[in-house]
Amino acid sequence: MSTYVQPDQNGHFGPYGGRFVPETLMTAVLELEKAYDEAIQDDNFQKEMEYYLTQYIGRENPLYYAENLTKYAGGAKIYLKREDLNHTGAHKINNTIGQALLTARMGKKKVVAETGAGQHGVATATVCALLNLECIIFMGKEDVARQKLNVFRMELLGAKVVSVDQGSGTLKDAVNEALRYWVANVDDTHYIMGSVLGPHPFPKIVRDFQSVIGNETKRQFSEITGGLPDAIVACIGGGSNAMGMFYPFIEDSGVSLVGVEAAGSGIDTEKHAATLTKGKKGILHGSLMYLLQDDDGQIQEAHSISAGLDYPGVGPEHSLLKDMGRVQYASVTDKEALDAFILLSRTEGIIPALESSHAVAYAVGHAKEMRPEQNLVICLSGRGDKDVETIQKLMGGHSIG
Amino acid sequence: MGKERLEQAFEKCSQKGEKAFIPYIMAGDGGLDILKQQLLFLQEAGADAVELGIPFSDPVADGPVIQEAGKRALQQGVSLRGILETLTSIRTEIKIPIILMTYLNPVFTYGAGQFAADCAAAGVDGCIIPDMPLEEEGIISGELKQSGIALVRLVTLTSPAERIKKIADGAEGFLYAVTIKGTTGARDHFEEETGRFLQQVRSVSNVPVLAGFGISTPQHVREAGKYCDGTVVGSKIIQLLSAAAFNEITDLIQAAKGKVLS
Ligand SMILES: Cc1ncc(COP(=O)(O)O)c(C=O)c1O
Repeated sequence: MSTYVQPDQNGHFGPYGGRFVPETLMTAVLELEKAYDEAIQDDNFQKEMEYYLTQYIGRENPLYYAENLTKYAGGAKIYLKREDLNHTGAHKINNTIGQALLTARMGKKKVVAETGAGQHGVATATVCALLNLECIIFMGKEDVARQKLNVFRMELLGAKVVSVDQGSGTLKDAVNEALRYWVANVDDTHYIMGSVLGPHPFPKIVRDFQSVIGNETKRQFSEITGGLPDAIVACIGGGSNAMGMFYPFIEDSGVSLVGVEAAGSGIDTEKHAATLTKGKKGILHGSLMYLLQDDDGQIQEAHSISAGLDYPGVGPEHSLLKDMGRVQYASVTDKEALDAFILLSRTEGIIPALESSHAVAYAVGHAKEMRPEQNLVICLSGRGDKDVETIQKLMGGHSIG
Repeated sequence: MGKERLEQAFEKCSQKGEKAFIPYIMAGDGGLDILKQQLLFLQEAGADAVELGIPFSDPVADGPVIQEAGKRALQQGVSLRGILETLTSIRTEIKIPIILMTYLNPVFTYGAGQFAADCAAAGVDGCIIPDMPLEEEGIISGELKQSGIALVRLVTLTSPAERIKKIADGAEGFLYAVTIKGTTGARDHFEEETGRFLQQVRSVSNVPVLAGFGISTPQHVREAGKYCDGTVVGSKIIQLLSAAAFNEITDLIQAAKGKVLS
């Protein structure tokens, strides 16, 4: 594949992306772009990032050969990129630490963010505690109910959590409220976007900060085998763990890249979050991207057992990569994800996040169809402690047996 | 028709030495059946134009009142298509200009070319798209221009002077000056900073400057009128309409005409 340079100067990924925000936010968005461009040229900023990534987050994390899972699948060798071992238990903090440092550089003292599963909220509250920033988190009412533990964690970390009951009370509605808050407080507040979504430069910034996942994987894998993996699989909510994992491999055409969306009750039902599989182009939350919407352009509610995948849009760069055919996008149902959740817990003693379980479910099936001398990497984006209560309820309190 | 009808409406105001008043209503709040009646009432009450909101599932620039109004309209099954059809059938009975306020996605899904053509056929004179800044106008500006429909731009308290100039340059219809940092809705008082902002915008604008967002009392309307060419009132109008407080709406409108003292 030829060189891949995205986005363009105006934040467009082909026809996608852009800056579709109210005029009130334009100045902040332009300021952020400038601050980011300066920061990445600044050795001190790079050193600071490096310091927190290693000393605070605990990178690099392992690329673990999952021997038992490999045997179970009976095909390609399966490796797990252990983002679940990061401080706070998911990949989200790779991005929040970077954006919090940017916030401080811009002289802003307050941070607003949305959260779905609560992982991004926790990762944001954490770095705000660390860097002494005031933190307000908007979270859908529904998600507050299914991720109680994370709500308490955020509060423990000193953040204010606001429950949003508009719309479906999930991630999309939390983003709406967080954006409204940002519009009203833009002078002294930075919005820490939690995925490769939103107006330019967010999709680029979040991708770049998350690229540490793919860069480490590439180096680690080459140390183990001297080559490149044959396939990489990651789950897609907004698409940040996948984008961070895929980006360093995009020009390596021999590496097949697969993003796994949430099929909820099934992509032929009305209850799913398979945006790239079933959506149409549209504009939401600052960006042109694939969206779940009706014929009148009203946004539809997404459905997934996993709060972190429950979003009707998907990053503009994924939208482009789908059209280019560089990344394949598949989907996995709630049921399949649940089975994978239990499977990984039982085979490897690793309890994955429900989000990551979608990647595991797809990868196991995919590995079966590959040859034993081939290699597949799963981005294990987070750990499942936050989901244990949900799973327990779903099983009606019965033991797994 | 189109841009010219808007220009004529403002011209008429300034000849009479009055300020313009544009009420905002949510199309289909209460059903599309009553749209004609609502428009006729506002016209009778002295409105110089009407801003017609298109309901959208995710109205990030709007506060609670307009959010709820949009939700009610959507629950009634109101769509952009239905609104344009209704307008087409009633337009000849309404004399004042009609400006659509719509988020971009319903328009994008409709198709920019088709939207502009159908707007022209429905007698729409201008469009305000709050989630489409200058940088992204290309997605529809050509189509609107071709149909003679004004693309009304917004300037805000956070726009730096240079940017205000850029936005004012080539502005059509009027400049919509957003007078709060925040979403649509109520505010307590009219700050001094706001007056200075309006004057600054006016000094670089070739089209009338109207103040909007957070304007809710005759006092605000008069206050804003000192610094610019008129006002847009949304949330308050919606509240008054649903409370059937028609006299209060008339008072608000007449405050722009300098006829009510309170
Ligand atoms: C563990 C985990 N994985 C994945 C996601 C989905 O987000 P993204 O697609 O941006 O990686 C989330 C979101 O909350 C998450 O918590």
